[in-house]
Amino acid sequence: MTREILYFAWLRERIGLPRETVDSDAATPRALIAELAARSDGHAAAFDDIAALRCALDQVLADLDAPLGDAREVAFFPPMTGG
Amino acid sequence: MAARLTDLPFDPAHQLAGFGAGAGAVVTFTGLVRDDTGRMAALEIEHYPGMTERAMTDHGMTAAARFRLVDWMILHRHGRIEVGQPIMMVATAARHRRAAFDAADYLMDWLKSRAPFWKREIGRDGQAAWVAAKPEDEDALSRW
Repeated sequence: MTREILYFAWLRERIGLPRETVDSDAATPRALIAELAARSDGHAAAFDDIAALRCALDQVLADLDAPLGDAREVAFFPPMTGG
Repeated sequence: MAARLTDLPFDPAHQLAGFGAGAGAVVTFTGLVRDDTGRMAALEIEHYPGMTERAMTDHGMTAAARFRLVDWMILHRHGRIEVGQPIMMVATAARHRRAAFDAADYLMDWLKSRAPFWKREIGRDGQAAWVAAKPEDEDALSRW
């Protein structure tokens, strides 16, 4: 399935892209990360510490082990620092 | 009742015109950019367009229901913000002060670790560094 993958903050900087379109059969964000990490050295660096990452499916926060389902937009980012 | 993002400076006092009509208590909190290191020029805030507005609105509505608010407001800046300037504010209005205080506290705890914002410190030397999330901000959510 084709999905839009979005990156924010230092993930975006390490990967060098704000977004990319990816075709993947991964069932969860965690499985998708494993595929993405193999795309480049920048991706590998961005996904080096998975415990430090957050994820949103179609703009709703989700667990890394949640089913990806038919989510069109998958975002990965570091823990938020608002306020 | 409003959640708003802006990339322009704002005056917290001006935001309160007409806010909380009919309430018995209004609580406001304003966050200012502070320089802990003595070397900072500004903060730069990145957000997730689309998700940020929706998440702020959802949480304002959740707080309104939970604390029976008469009115609420969340305003957050993005882009570059100079040291000393307001970065965000929340305002809550309720019949009684306890609900207004609690709702403002709740919204702040949530904004710190659940709203999709990321801060970067810009030094006076032009160097930039991402601000790491604090575990105590995450822990604060468990109070609710």
